[in-house]
Amino acid sequence: MAIKRRDFLKLTSVTLIGTAVSTAVGDLLTRGEIKAEVYTSPPEALKGKRWAMVIDVKKCKEGQKKGCEKKCIEVCHYLHNVPSIPDKKKEIKWIWEDEFEHAFPEQTDEYLEEIFKDVPFLLLCNQCDNPPCVRVCPTQATFKREDGIVMMDFHRCIGCRFCMAACPFGARSFNWFDPRPYIKKVNPEYPTRMKGVVEKCLFCYERLAQGKIPACVEACPVNALIFGDLADENSEVSKILKERVSIRRKAELGTHPSVFYLID
Amino acid sequence: MLEKALRGSKKYWLWVLFLLSIIFIGFLCYLYQFKIGLGITGMSRDVSWGFYIANFTFLVGVAAGAVMIVLPYYWHNYKEYGKITVLGEFLAVAAVAMCILFVFVDLGQPVRVLNVIRFPTPNSVMFYDVIVLNGYLLLNLICGWTVLHAEYKGTKYPSWLKPVIYLAIVWAPSIHIVTAFLYQGLPGRHFWLTAVMAPRFLASAFSAGPALVLVAALLLKKVANFDPGKKAIDSLAKTVTYAFIINVLLFIFELFTAFYSGIHSHQAPIKYLFVGLEGHAEWVPFMWIATILAIIGILLLVIPQTRKNETTLVLACIAVFISCWIDKGIGLITGGYTPTPFETVTPYRPTLPEIGITLGVWAIGFLIMTILYKIALEVKASKELVVKYEGILYKK
Repeated sequence: MAIKRRDFLKLTSVTLIGTAVSTAVGDLLTRGEIKAEVYTSPPEALKGKRWAMVIDVKKCKEGQKKGCEKKCIEVCHYLHNVPSIPDKKKEIKWIWEDEFEHAFPEQTDEYLEEIFKDVPFLLLCNQCDNPPCVRVCPTQATFKREDGIVMMDFHRCIGCRFCMAACPFGARSFNWFDPRPYIKKVNPEYPTRMKGVVEKCLFCYERLAQGKIPACVEACPVNALIFGDLADENSEVSKILKERVSIRRKAELGTHPSVFYLID
Repeated sequence: MLEKALRGSKKYWLWVLFLLSIIFIGFLCYLYQFKIGLGITGMSRDVSWGFYIANFTFLVGVAAGAVMIVLPYYWHNYKEYGKITVLGEFLAVAAVAMCILFVFVDLGQPVRVLNVIRFPTPNSVMFYDVIVLNGYLLLNLICGWTVLHAEYKGTKYPSWLKPVIYLAIVWAPSIHIVTAFLYQGLPGRHFWLTAVMAPRFLASAFSAGPALVLVAALLLKKVANFDPGKKAIDSLAKTVTYAFIINVLLFIFELFTAFYSGIHSHQAPIKYLFVGLEGHAEWVPFMWIATILAIIGILLLVIPQTRKNETTLVLACIAVFISCWIDKGIGLITGGYTPTPFETVTPYRPTLPEIGITLGVWAIGFLIMTILYKIALEVKASKELVVKYEGILYKK
C-alpha cells in the first residue's frame, strides 16, 4: 500500500504536535523540575515547633544606659548584609528601635505613654502564627516553616509588595534600588539581595541550623532578649510568659505574633 | 478587518502619532525604572503602592463598566444599545490591557512575573485577580471581534458565541469584587477594611465606565459621523446618574461609620485626605476637587434638561470620570497607607518618571481603543447604503 504524500504530511504533523503537546503538558505538571528531597536538618540544629522571642523592655533600657550601643541592631544588620540607606523613605531594616506610642499605637493611654516615655521598644518581624503576608503572597515567596518562622525566598519574590500592604506591623522593607553599594562591610557568609525584592527579619534561620541562637539575642549584654520554643512548656520563654506581664503588638488583629514585650 | 485601521484621514494619523510619541516617552521612563529600580518613583517603605496601583484600581472599574451596555442589549434585548455595544466591549479590552500593564510596571522584578503562573497560590487574592482580569480581556476581545466580524460579513454572529457573551456578562462584576478583595481583606489598614469596599467598586465602575463610553460616543458623533442614537444616549446617561449617586452615598456611609462611632483609627485616613493630618495635607486639594466635581456631576445629571443636552451631558460625564479617578485611584491608595502602621504620616507624591510611565500606559490604552473603535466604525459605516442622487446624499 502506497502512502499518499498528503496522508504522510498529515500523519507527521499530528505526531509532531502530539509529541510537543504531551511534553508540554508533562512539563507543566512536573514543572520540569526534579522533586526535592525532604530537608533533614543537621544534628546540631536547634529544633522547635514555634520559635518565639520575649523582649524585656526595662532591661533593654538598662542595657542602653550601660552603653550597649544597640549591639543587637548592629550585629543583625552586619550579619545579614542589611544596607544603610540614608533616605528614611527608602530604608531597609530588620530590627530597629521605636517609641511606645509608635509600637503600640492602639494603646492611646497617656499614662502608659508617660511610663514608657524613655523606654526603647525593639521592633522586628513578629513571625506571626497566622501571617497575613503569607496569605497574600501570589508566588509563595514568603511562607511559614514548620518551626513557625515566616521565611522569604528572595529568588522567587516578584516585588509586587502585596505582603507590605498586608503586614500590620511595618516589618517588611523593599529594595527600591540595588542595595549592594549601601552595605558598608559585606558578610560573605550570607547572601546580599538585589533590587526589586522584599526582605525582613528571618529569625536567624541560618544560625538555628548551626545550633546557634539568633544574633540579636546573643549580642545583648544584659539578656533583654530571650529566645525559645513556645510549643515547649519547659522552655525559658514559656516559663517567663506564665509569670510576667507581657503584651503583643496589635494582638486584636488575630495574626498571633510570636514576639512578646515584658512590661512589668 | 484590521486593514481598516491602516487607512485613515490625516487627523486620524496625527492622533495616532501623538499617542505613539507619548508611549515612546513612557517607554524611555520605563527603561530608566527597569535599570535603577522602583526607587525612581515617589513610593516608600510606608507608602509601598502608589500611582500605578491607583490607576490599575480605577481602570478595573472602567473595564467592567462596559457590562452596563452589554447586559441590557443581550440579556433584555434592549435594541437601542445595538450600535454602542461594541464600543463598550472594546473599551473593556483597552481598559483591562491598561490594568495588566499597570500591575506589570509596578513589579520590582518584572522578569519573574510568570512566577504567578508557575507557582499558583489559591490563598492569594492576587492569583484570582490575574485569572479574572486576563479572562475578562479575552472574553471581551472574542465577543466584540466575533460580532463585528459577522456584521462585516453581513451575517448573524455564530450561535456558539451566545454562551460566551453571557459568561462575559457574569464575569464583569468579578473583576471588581476580586480587586476590592485585594484591599478589604488586609488587617490593620483601616481605610480598606470595610465590607462596602466591593459595592463601592461596583458603583464607581458602573458610573465611570459608561461615562467614558458616553463621552467617546458623542465625540465620535462629532469627528467620525457616528450616530449612537438619541435613546441609547438617554438610557446610558440614566445609568451613569444612578450608579454615581449610589457611589457617593456609599462613601457618605463610610463617613457616618467613622465619625459617629468616634473610632480614631477609622477617622484618621479620612481626615488625612480631606483636612490633613499631623501637618500633612498633600492630597487635600485633590479630594476637594473630586468632591466639587461630584456635586457638579450629580446636579447636571439629575436635572433632566442638562442631562438631555449633549454638551452639559459630556461635561457631567467628564466630571464623574475625574471625580471617580481621584476618589478611587489616588485617594483610596494613599488613604490606605496613611497613617502608617506606626500611626505616623509619610507623604507620597509621584515623581516625573513615574507620571511619564503612567501617561505612557494610558496612551497605550487610548491607542488600543482608537484602533478598535476605528475598525468598528468603518465596518458599521460600510454597511450603510448611501446613494447620491442629483448631488444630494441619501443615507438609509
